[in-house]
This record gives sequence, structure tokens and C-alpha cells, in this order.
Amino acid sequence: MKQAEFLNVVMPFKDKLYRLAKRLLVSREEAEDATQEILLKLWSKNESMEQYKNVEAFAMTMTKNFCLDRLKSKQASNLKLVHSNYSDESNSLQKQLEAEDSVQWMERIMEELPEQQKMVLQLRDVEQYEFEEICELLDMKPTAVRVALSRARKTVRQELVKKHSYGIG
Amino acid sequence: MELDNIEKLLEKYFEATSTVAEEKTLQAYFSQESVATHLEQYRPMFNYFSSAKEERYTKQVPLKPRRNYYKWISVAAVAVLTFGLYFGNAYQERKEAEYAYQETKKAFELLAQNFGRGTEKVAYLQEFEVAKQKIYNNN
Repeated sequence: MKQAEFLNVVMPFKDKLYRLAKRLLVSREEAEDATQEILLKLWSKNESMEQYKNVEAFAMTMTKNFCLDRLKSKQASNLKLVHSNYSDESNSLQKQLEAEDSVQWMERIMEELPEQQKMVLQLRDVEQYEFEEICELLDMKPTAVRVALSRARKTVRQELVKKHSYGIG
Repeated sequence: MELDNIEKLLEKYFEATSTVAEEKTLQAYFSQESVATHLEQYRPMFNYFSSAKEERYTKQVPLKPRRNYYKWISVAAVAVLTFGLYFGNAYQERKEAEYAYQETKKAFELLAQNFGRGTEKVAYLQEFEVAKQKIYNNN
């Protein structure tokens, strides 16, 4: 497979890989590194790539595994992922809209979710994958996916209601 | 009517039994300007999901094949190794030859010294000869 062909195959879903990586690793730099790593791995396999019937699903699963490994090794070595993508508060203070603020809460709420729920929510509500695809990607049973998704959504709702009734923002 | 529908969809949504199409309807609903007040609290959730979808991976990926690179490195390494072995061996041999030469020289010097001592002793014999001649001449 030529480079141009490879790019044509990969381009449509590279953002999805990045977003999944970012969901799991939180840090933008880490997510970028992970995505690059995955794309390079795919590129090194480009000869056998025609055999995979669904390159996107394959790449998503690779990303998931890579990020989970990454998290595990960080935990094992007692290192915290460093992320510096905090927005510059002072700069945006004036134009800080309520909507923007609520995006930040949501981000924080999502960070608190367990990894599996994060992934399910990301794949379903952000990327809008079908259930069968999520089952395949995460290697889970359909019922497990539904349960995780429902739990994740309810947790998010609960947190939001909490925030809402405190009237923060 | 529509609100009724949205509420039903929300219920399904939280039970995770809604379809992708239904979820799209929800997202569309919550992206409007005005939302029913009692549903306002869910707005951030759906807005967040649509905004999260906008995030892009912008870094360039260096897709230059690395394999060739490794191949040439290994070729260079083999060449250096061969040269190294060849010249290293030659150097080693020269060193050894020099060492042997020095040792031989030392041995010869030792020999020469002993010869020198020998001739010194023979010088005494000369003295003896002189004395002997004197005695003969006197007689």
C-alpha cells in the first residue's frame, strides 16, 4: 500500500483515535503521542492491512489497548499523567460564557468515570457507533455495553443535577 | 407533543435503549436556542458531546518508512566491523613483530655483554704474555 492510499484509509478516523486516546489519557500531549504511535504501527503493518475487513475498528481497538497499557504502566510506576492543557483562565475570563464553563464541568465529570464507562460513552455519544460496533471494539457483551452506558449516562446526569441545583456557574 | 417525545427519548436514553437516530434527535433538540426549563440541566451533556466531536488531531505523522534506514545502518556497521577486524589484525601483527624484535635485541645484547666480559679477561692474558717476554729477554 502506498503512502497516499494509506492516508486515504486512515484520515477519516484519525480524529476518532485521537479523541478516544484523549478521553482515556486526558492529557493532550499524551493523546497526541498515542495517536502517532498507533498510526505508525498501522503504517508498519500496511502490507497486511488489506486483509483486515475493518481497519477503523482494528485501529480503535489498538488505541484502546495502547492507552490502557499506558495507564497501567503509569500507575505501576507510580507516575501521574501530566496534563497541561488547562485553559488560560485570565485570558478567557471576559468571554467566558456559561456554555464554555459547562463544557469544563462535563470534562471533569467524564474524567471521574471508570475507564470502561468512559470508553463506552465516548464511542456511543461522541462518535455515535452502533452497539454491535462497540461490542466488537471493546470486546464486551451487548448487555454489558448497555449496562455500562446506562450507568455512565446516569452518573453524568446525577453530577449535572448536583451542579445545577447548587447553581454553580 | 414534541416535548413529550423528547422526554420519552430521554428516558430511553438513560436506560441505554435508544438508537443512534433517536440520540441524534436529542442532540439536535438540545442544540437549539431554547429548551424547556426542566430539561435545561441536560443541556451541557449534549452540548459537550457535540463539541467533543469537533476535536481534531492536527499533528503531522512522519510516515517515512524506517526499514530502509535500518538496513543501511546495518550495512554501514558491517563495513566498519570488517575494516576494523582487518586493520586491527594487521596492527596486532605489527605489534607482535616489534615485540619479538625487541626481545631478540635484548637477547643479543646480553650475549654481546658476555662476550665483552670475555675479551676483558683475555686482556689479562695479554699482560701475562708481556711479562713472559720480559723474562725471556732477560735470560
